[in-house]
Amino acid sequence: MEWRADGILLTVRRHGESAAIIELFTEAHGRHLGVVPGGASRKLAPLLQPGAQLDATWRARLSDHIGSYKVELTTSRAADAMGDRLSLAGLGAVCALLSFCLPEREAHPALYARTAALLDGLGAERWAEAYLGWELALLDEMGFGLSLDACAVTGTNEDLAFISPRTGRAVSKEGAGDWADRLLPFPRCLSGGPVTGAGDLLDGLKTTGHFLAHHLAPSLGDKPLPAARQRLVDLLARQAGGPING
Amino acid sequence: MTDAPKDIEALIEVMARLPGLGPRSARRAVLHLIKKRGQLMRPLAEAMTRVADTARECLNCGNIGTADLCPICSDERRANGQICVVEDVADLWAMERGGAFQGRYHVLGGTLSALDDIGPDDLRIPKLIDRVRGEGATEVILALNATVDGQTTAHYIAGEIEGLGVSVTSLAQGVPIGGELDYLDDGTISAALKARKTL
Repeated sequence: MEWRADGILLTVRRHGESAAIIELFTEAHGRHLGVVPGGASRKLAPLLQPGAQLDATWRARLSDHIGSYKVELTTSRAADAMGDRLSLAGLGAVCALLSFCLPEREAHPALYARTAALLDGLGAERWAEAYLGWELALLDEMGFGLSLDACAVTGTNEDLAFISPRTGRAVSKEGAGDWADRLLPFPRCLSGGPVTGAGDLLDGLKTTGHFLAHHLAPSLGDKPLPAARQRLVDLLARQAGGPING
Repeated sequence: MTDAPKDIEALIEVMARLPGLGPRSARRAVLHLIKKRGQLMRPLAEAMTRVADTARECLNCGNIGTADLCPICSDERRANGQICVVEDVADLWAMERGGAFQGRYHVLGGTLSALDDIGPDDLRIPKLIDRVRGEGATEVILALNATVDGQTTAHYIAGEIEGLGVSVTSLAQGVPIGGELDYLDDGTISAALKARKTL
């Protein structure tokens, strides 16, 4: 068995004295593990930083073996991100979430393309908004997408003000009735509207955080969400000047 | 399998668990020790027993010493207001080998890691904040590895220390002494370019 592909490095774990086991997110093979001989060596370890774009060749005798990777660095995103707190937190959150929730060896080409674009834009203006859109796409790919086009109760697409924390469907003010206090707020930015401020963005992250923590995570064995995601949200909240429990 | 007696075999097995050694190299080392019993093996055994009895973590900085406070923390001349934060004791010893730093250290005991589920509470960050407040520190130098986990930890600590009135700095990143540009990765060259200085 052998294939060659470009991939985004998600995690690196030392294996024995000098090897490393890496998780690579590729377009055609999804999240795919493999051993990198010499991956913990002085020569290779600096290149194997999360977020790196690698040209990888995977080989194994049988397809269900973990196999070994031969890798070459294409782009090192970590080096550019290290100088900026938000970029580094974003890089960490993206890699940790993908490692947390992607099933092994299942292709997600649309999410791959979106992730590569998001990581390439680290540090750019409005990056946090792009990150929120990426979390929505991640939920969608994992089968927990939000349905925000019309009210789940009345069917109207006007005056949508809430999101059901159970179904992820939009609810209008009229449809919410006495249940309004049990519903999540509907930040405009989630339906493609402009982000009107840090509060709007943080509300959006609070909503996606709810579905990541209470729907996606339990489906994966009830593991807690990676702390890296909360650190990113905390950092955005700190920059905006307010607390959030996302 | 081996023909060595049981006790020697047990020693080989223990030695083989040391970093950098495998069963073959452990066997060679044990044979060498036996041949140099008086000059090497007994002094080694005695030194190991002494260290096993006395080695402990410094209550202040986390360095390893043989008393409650390590020699660096008990040396008043090193109370110059600078605290250098390192990931583990090996990094502290590496800094000391250089001899360029004359302040005190703080050993975190690891870095934040999503993969290993290590959070701020698992590291000695609260103790660092206490020290910054209590020792009248003027500068905290974050000497953490230039890895994603190392720098994530550095930024986290910088955020926690903000507002305590101390200057927070980190080690420079770039071309190593004796390094050749042709052999450097793109990331290092990019970091070096960003940190360029006027000559």
